[in-house]
Amino acid sequence: MSPPGALVIRGGTVIDATGRREADVLVVDGRVAAVGSGLEAPAGAVALDAAGCLVAPGLVDLHAHLREPGFEESETVETGSRAAALGGYTAVVAMPNTEPPIDTAAVVRHVLGLAAGALCQVAVAGAITVGRAGRQLAPMGEMADAGVRLFTDDGSGVQDTALMRRAMEYSTALGVTLAQHCEDAALAAGASMHEGEWSSRLGVPGAPAEAEELMVARDLALARLTGARLHLLHLSTAGSAELVARAKATRSVAVTAEVAPHHLVLTDAEVASYDAVFKVNPPLRSAADVAALRAAVAGGVLDAIATDHAPHPQEAKELPFDQAPPGMLGLETALAVCLTELDLPVERVLALLSWQPAAIAGLDDQGGPVAPGSVANLCVVDPAATWVVDAAASASRSRNTPWAGRKLTGRVRHTVFQGEPLIVDGEARR
Amino acid sequence: MTTAPTHLLSVADLGAEGIDAVLKVTDNFVEVSARAIPKVPALRGRTVVSLFYEDSTRTRLSFETAARRLSADVMNFSVASSSVKKGECLRDTVETIDAMGVDALVVRHGSAGVPRQVAGWVGASVVNAGDGAHEHPTQALLDCYTIRQRRGSLEGLRIAIVGDVKHSRVARSGVLAFSALGAEVTLVAPPTLLPPSLAGWPATVSHDLDGVLAKADVVYLLRMQSERMTEALLPSLREYTAAYGLTRRRAALLPDDALVMHPGPLNRGVEIAAEVADLPGSVITAQVANGVAVRMAVLYLLLGGPG
Repeated sequence: MSPPGALVIRGGTVIDATGRREADVLVVDGRVAAVGSGLEAPAGAVALDAAGCLVAPGLVDLHAHLREPGFEESETVETGSRAAALGGYTAVVAMPNTEPPIDTAAVVRHVLGLAAGALCQVAVAGAITVGRAGRQLAPMGEMADAGVRLFTDDGSGVQDTALMRRAMEYSTALGVTLAQHCEDAALAAGASMHEGEWSSRLGVPGAPAEAEELMVARDLALARLTGARLHLLHLSTAGSAELVARAKATRSVAVTAEVAPHHLVLTDAEVASYDAVFKVNPPLRSAADVAALRAAVAGGVLDAIATDHAPHPQEAKELPFDQAPPGMLGLETALAVCLTELDLPVERVLALLSWQPAAIAGLDDQGGPVAPGSVANLCVVDPAATWVVDAAASASRSRNTPWAGRKLTGRVRHTVFQGEPLIVDGEARR
Repeated sequence: MTTAPTHLLSVADLGAEGIDAVLKVTDNFVEVSARAIPKVPALRGRTVVSLFYEDSTRTRLSFETAARRLSADVMNFSVASSSVKKGECLRDTVETIDAMGVDALVVRHGSAGVPRQVAGWVGASVVNAGDGAHEHPTQALLDCYTIRQRRGSLEGLRIAIVGDVKHSRVARSGVLAFSALGAEVTLVAPPTLLPPSLAGWPATVSHDLDGVLAKADVVYLLRMQSERMTEALLPSLREYTAAYGLTRRRAALLPDDALVMHPGPLNRGVEIAAEVADLPGSVITAQVANGVAVRMAVLYLLLGGPG
C-alpha cells in the first residue's frame, strides 16, 4: 500500500524502546531510511512537521472488536481501522466474537481479506472453541497456518477447566498464545455491573471481583501445568493484578496481561446515571481497584494497555441498563486518556501502548524501533495539545464513548502506516 | 414557573424537607378523599399517562385514581396490547407519548433506572412508580404518611424491614425515607436476601427477628417471591417462614402499639400469618387508602403550577 517516493518527519523527538533523541525521520519505500538531525530529503519527498511532537512507533491494540462479519451496523474493518489510525494505531488485533465467529481458517482469511484495504494492520484472533461455545476445540492449527497468533473466546471465558487445559496443551506445539476473558459465568450470571456498594444502592445485579479472579487463578495454574503462553485480557480488579504479580515473581508461568484505559480511570459510581454507555464487561470497578491497577501498571505487573474497543449502535445503548449490551469505544481516545490521566512518563505509556503489545501479538513489523530498516509504522503525537472528545465526530460507526465531553491532553497529529501518511494533522487522507 | 422539582425518581432527590412537603400536602388530599364528591379541579386540563411495563394493577389504579381526583385527564398505556409488542423501543414509545403533549408520565418498569432514562428524553414530568430493584418512592411516602398518622412522627422510631431486601425497591426507598425522617432502621433477612454491600446505608442488620420485634415500633414485611427458591437463595419457603415470617407467636412479641405494615400483595402464610394481617396493629389497609392521597400530593406538587 505504500506510495512511491519518500517522506520526512521533521523537528520531533523520536521515542522508542531504545530511548529518546531529537531527530528527523526519513522514510523511503515504506521503511525507515535514516534517523538523525537535519536529514536531507530527496526531491519530491512529503514533509510532515513534528515540531514539539513525539515521533513513536505506531500504537498496537491487542483488543478491538471490529464487528465484521455480522455486526456491520456497529462497525466494519474499514471504520474501525480508520478510528484506530486517528488514534495513532498502526495495528489492531480483531476479536473473534463476530457472526460467524472467527473459528475456522476460512473466516480468518475472509477477515484478512477485508483488512487488505484497512487503514492499519489488522491481525486476527481466532476462537479457542467452535462457535465460542466452550465445548469443542476450534481448528487452531489451520488458523495458526493462516497467520493467527492469539486465540481467545473473548466475550466469554472458557468455563470448562479440562477443555482449557487441553487448549493450552495443544497451543504449545503451535507456538501461539491463548488469551482469556476471565469471568466465571455462574458467579457472574445476570450481572450488569460490578457487585458492591453501587450495585447494592442502584438495585442492579452485579458480578463480584472474584468472578474474574477465580479464572485468573485457575488459568495461571493451568499455564504452569501445561507450559502454555497465557495472555490475560482486560484485567479489572486489584485481586487479579495481585495474582499476576505473584505468578510473575515465581517465573514459572509465561503470562502477560493487559488493562483497558477505562478500568484505569472510571469507577462503578458512573452507573448512577443508568447511562448504558458505562456498561462494559468486565464492569467498571471500585476506586480501590482503579488505584491497584494503576499501581500494577506503574510497577510493570501489567504489560499492555488495550482498548477493548466495543462499538454498539445507539438504540442498543438506550435499552434499559440491564438489557443493553456491554462495551465502549476506545481506539480514538486511548492514548490521550492515558497521557491525561496516568501519572507515568510518556515512554512508559508508549511502551504499554506500542512495543509491549506488539511483542505479545507477535507482530514483527510493529512497535519499532524507529531505526533504519524498520517498516515505517509511526505515530506523531503532540503531548501538549488539548481537545474535547466529541462523540459525534468519531470515525467509528458507533457513538458509545464514555469520554464524550472530556477535555484531554495529548493528541495524535500524524499516523504513518507502512510509509504512507494516512493521518496528517488529525485528518484522514483516505 | 415554580422552582419545584420536575421529576420524582428517587427518595434521595427529596430529602427530609421534600418528604415533609409532600406529607403536608397529603393532609389536604386525605380530607378531599373523605368528601362525598372526592374531587378537586387542581389539575384540570393536565394530562397524566400511566406507562406500566410491568403488571401492577394496584399501583396503576392508585395513580390513576389520584390523577382523576385532581381532575386531570388520564391515559393508560398498556404495554401488553401496544406498539411495544411490535418491537418499538422504549425511547420511541415515550417520545411518541410525550409528543402528544402530556404533563406527567408515571413509569413502572422491571429494570432499574428506566424512569431516569425516560426523564432524559421527555419534556413531561416523570414519576417513578417502581423500577426494578431500585426504588418505589411513592410507596415510601405513603408509608411515612401512614406511620405519621398513627404515631405523630418518625423521629426515634425503631422500624424493622423484614424480608427480601436485596430485590426490593420498596426497601430501598423505605430505608432512605424512614431514616431521613429520623427513624432507626433495622434490616432483618437471611444473608442471601441482603444486598451484597450495605456501605452507606443508614440501617443496621439483624438475623434475629424475635429479638428485633420485642423493641420494634414498626415491623415492615416485604413480599417474598417464590422465584427466589429457583435462584437457590433459600432452601425452602417453609424454612424462610420459620425464621423470618411474622407468625402469630412472633406477633405476640411486638409492643402493644407497634404497627404492622406490608406493601402488598400479601403472601398470607409466608411472610405474614393470615390472622396477623388482620390484627388491630395492622395498618395495611390504611397504607392503600393513603396511597391515593400521597400520589395526589406528588402529582399536584409536580404539575400544580401554571402550565
